[in-house]
Amino acid sequence: MIRWLLWLLGGIVLGGMVHLATVLALPVTATRDAYSRLLPMTPVNSVVPLPEPAPATALLPFADPAFAAAVCRYDLTAAPLKLTAPVSLAYTSVSFYTRKGIAYYAINDRAAGRRVIELDLMTPDQHAEMPEQEDVTAADRLIVESPTRTGLIVLKALAAEPGQMASARRALAAARCRPQPQ
Amino acid sequence: MRLLFGSFLTFLVAAALGLGATWFALTRGTAFGAVQIGAWTAWPRTGSVDIDPYARAGIARTGELPIGLGDGITFLARTDDAGRPFDGRCDVTVRGTTPAARFWTLTLYDPEGRLVANSANRYGFTSQELVRAADGSFEIVAAPRARAGNWLPTGGAERYVLMLRLYDTPVGVATRAGREAPMPAIVARTCR
Repeated sequence: MIRWLLWLLGGIVLGGMVHLATVLALPVTATRDAYSRLLPMTPVNSVVPLPEPAPATALLPFADPAFAAAVCRYDLTAAPLKLTAPVSLAYTSVSFYTRKGIAYYAINDRAAGRRVIELDLMTPDQHAEMPEQEDVTAADRLIVESPTRTGLIVLKALAAEPGQMASARRALAAARCRPQPQ
Repeated sequence: MRLLFGSFLTFLVAAALGLGATWFALTRGTAFGAVQIGAWTAWPRTGSVDIDPYARAGIARTGELPIGLGDGITFLARTDDAGRPFDGRCDVTVRGTTPAARFWTLTLYDPEGRLVANSANRYGFTSQELVRAADGSFEIVAAPRARAGNWLPTGGAERYVLMLRLYDTPVGVATRAGREAPMPAIVARTCR
């Protein structure tokens, strides 16, 4: 009897390890995460408008239908990236995600404080390599460090009323993300 | 022989328990650091690099992109204030005020995060398009059939969830209780 209980206890301990291992391994092995879903329809380093969420076309689950959205799938291997996004009527935000969909930075139009949100995205290594003088002269330049070489930038413009959707989409259509010449 | 049976039992228990716990945690959305106000729950850390391993696994499985903390915060409700899961055949009122935010949106999804098809093509409300009472409070009715006021069609779906998203808001990781963030009450009424 005791022996069977020991076998059972061993099973419970091993089960705990299986649980932790699967939870930690899941992000690494996932094939249907946001980046993988967007991969076929987004050329690298350019802004692509996302289809409006509708019952039939749920590209990403739990997307907010009140927003026009665009995505820039980036790869910083060759060079840092420059992002410019004009703000729309109501509310505009830019969110940065790692390859695994972790939101590491987000900024909205009010925090950016201008008519155009302008950002430089680079890896920590590229930031360290930047000439120091340039860093000083461009004090008002907003620099964002990406923890991964690849990832997603999601631009969103709110259509506070359905009639504003067209102008929100137009504002996003003027957004650009392109590698910086070095 | 006994050794064989014993180790077989061990592995069986380990597999069932380990995989079962993982499946349960991911489908139920277990994540740490939840802020619970009434029927509404938010996981502010999920929108930052402090995201916990369960939420990481969760977004990898569903393909969701959580709202970044610098953008806003998401509150999810699966049940009314009495703890009953939402039923699309019933009338459910969402009434009251929301925490301070520049904009907010309320959206109805099926449990998998898809919008629910309906004849009015309405999937939610923004804070700008609501009909409000004189004191600024509002009442949204999620119901299968059209009604006056702020009608949110349920499309007759058996189960659904409500998401209230606050944009440009002080509500975040430091928020603890409903006093700092007054969330609307959710009351289920008649069913048909």
